[in-house]
Amino acid sequence: MGIVVVGLSHKTAVTECRAKLTFPEDTIPAALGRLMSYPGIQESLIISTCNRVEIYASVKDSAEGTESIKQFISDYHGLSRPDLEQSLYVYVDSEGVRHVFRVASSLDSLVVGEPQILGQLKDSFDLALKAKTTSTVLNKLLKKSISVAKRVRTETRLAEGAVNISYAAVELAKKIFGTLEGKSVLLLGAGEMAELAARHLMNNKVDKIMVANRTFERAEELAQEFKGDAIRFEHFPSTMVTADILICSTGAQKPVVTYDIVRQVARDRRYRPIFLIDISMPPNIDAECDKIDGVYLYNIDALQGVVDTNVQGRQQEAEKAEDIIRQEVDTYLQWERSLDAVPTIVDLREKVEDIRKRELEKTLCGMNGVTDEQRRAMEVLTQAIVNKMLHAPLVVLKQAAANPEGGDVIAVARKIFNLDRELKKPSHVHAKGFGAAEQREPEKS
Amino acid sequence: MNLAFFYAAIAMYLLSAAGYLVFFIKPEKKRIADAALWSAFLGFVLHFIYFILRWSESGRIPVTSFFEAINALGMGIILVFLLMELRYRIPSLGTFILPLVLVLMSPAAVISGRIEGLNPILRSAWLGIHTSLAVLGDAAFAFSFIVSVMYLLQERQLKHKHLGTIFHRLPPLDIMDTIGYRALSIGWPLYTLGMVTGSIWAESAWGSYWSWDPKETWSLIVWVVYLVLLHLRTIGWRGRKMAYLSIAGFVFVLISFFVVSRAGIGKHSF
Repeated sequence: MGIVVVGLSHKTAVTECRAKLTFPEDTIPAALGRLMSYPGIQESLIISTCNRVEIYASVKDSAEGTESIKQFISDYHGLSRPDLEQSLYVYVDSEGVRHVFRVASSLDSLVVGEPQILGQLKDSFDLALKAKTTSTVLNKLLKKSISVAKRVRTETRLAEGAVNISYAAVELAKKIFGTLEGKSVLLLGAGEMAELAARHLMNNKVDKIMVANRTFERAEELAQEFKGDAIRFEHFPSTMVTADILICSTGAQKPVVTYDIVRQVARDRRYRPIFLIDISMPPNIDAECDKIDGVYLYNIDALQGVVDTNVQGRQQEAEKAEDIIRQEVDTYLQWERSLDAVPTIVDLREKVEDIRKRELEKTLCGMNGVTDEQRRAMEVLTQAIVNKMLHAPLVVLKQAAANPEGGDVIAVARKIFNLDRELKKPSHVHAKGFGAAEQREPEKS
Repeated sequence: MNLAFFYAAIAMYLLSAAGYLVFFIKPEKKRIADAALWSAFLGFVLHFIYFILRWSESGRIPVTSFFEAINALGMGIILVFLLMELRYRIPSLGTFILPLVLVLMSPAAVISGRIEGLNPILRSAWLGIHTSLAVLGDAAFAFSFIVSVMYLLQERQLKHKHLGTIFHRLPPLDIMDTIGYRALSIGWPLYTLGMVTGSIWAESAWGSYWSWDPKETWSLIVWVVYLVLLHLRTIGWRGRKMAYLSIAGFVFVLISFFVVSRAGIGKHSF
């Protein structure tokens, strides 16, 4: 029994290659069904996003399972194995668990800390649940990875700070104004970048968009798109008095928004804060404006600086997150080992109980005139011997379940108590337990 | 026995300050902020119990010695903080307010907490009314001072485009500007009423509404400073300038409270 992760991501494969291997959502149930028919696959799940395609499986044997999954991908997408192998990675058992936890916690993402991946993982899990291709192991693994992701999110600052320019602009706006509700934005210049930034601000509940452009028609066009107002370009200074955020993308060679304009605007605004975002190259807002009270000017370089600081911050937080994941992998493996220990404990108990009952029966049959009282006494005696004998091994097995090296102990226990031999000869298995058949053999001979 | 409540209150404030500090450094630990708020609240309750016990022991509202005055001021600031925190939910306020309270109250550790006699002519209901109003006014000014300091820190981060840890911890500029102003617009009327009631009381005790006692003079200065500040606000001063003014105003409050009262002259000396 083991966990295997086979997949590829933005780290190992270029976009075209990832595109060839994606599983569109509606095809996943069928694909899962097909995958289950490959040898050794006990449970399976497919996650397919634009940045990664991964298959998680619980398998009888890791090597066989890995092989099966690779063959499945190759068959399903009609790719030759050598082509496929160079972009695939494989993680087995504890490494596999660690990988799933890292994916869920967004440590493996293109933008570390972006929260989308957890939702995508949940969706993939739902699909697999509906297709009934997961069971004990993957259910536990996925549920655990969701809770690990939540723990990482609450205990680290992995998602803190915007890591792209338009998010950074929104974050800054929120640190100036608190909420963006009821605020208005003036777009100066109607380029694509400005449009994108404006859309972003709209998503953050900005109230009103105004557009000023050198060609008034283009301004009207864009204003219509945002259900805002078009402004004559030469009127922009007076509009700035009522706007809270200015996005400048005029693309001129020298500043369009001069110091004098902004100083007058700030006065007319009675120094209510105004946020100037300059996304033109070279800057189209005079850098001196920043010195005016209540004026906060950020150009592309400044925004990029903010983003860089945040990316660095996230990297530091990622280390904390890795620590959390290390702990959680340990507790997960403990649970997995206890899965191994439980059947061993049950097997051992049943086997010994079986021996006891049979031997007791044999003895009692050979004796005449045993009273009920004596029979009960024998019962108690044998029971006591068995329990005393089993006490130490059971304690050791329970401890082994909680110990990283416990797997070996469990294996040894199965060997010395001969718990597995009968598994291979099912015809000999006694209804009561694994040891029964072997004990009976002398009688037959 | 009564003092045990005082020490317990201080211990809770210390705990709360420590919690808020940890929260400021590690904001992912939201539970610490909650615990710190509860500590501050519990500290306030203990502090209030101590206040009542001292009141019943001395038979008058305990606001007449320096020890009692800083106790009342500390309690007042915590009260304003708790109310603002309930309303606005800005835990980072605690990181700044609690240390201020502890610093302002620190003289209590070295001065005598003994209950002193009171001139019988001062025994009057006005004592309680006048001092509570004045202390609440001072507490609101202290709150506004702290918010102004936070405002300037945040504004500096934004202007310098260096957005470190503090940037993420501190609240938005506009919110700080608003609550700082709100504290003043509540604190100034309370302070005014404190002065008016004090003057009425002075008339009944000494037969004169105003006698240019040093404390009275300083209070008038404080009152005028904040009046000017509120006026400037209505004509459009805000943000950084307001923050500087509020800080300057609080310096006058501190002088009035810790220097003028301690100078040993006039009716307000202790």
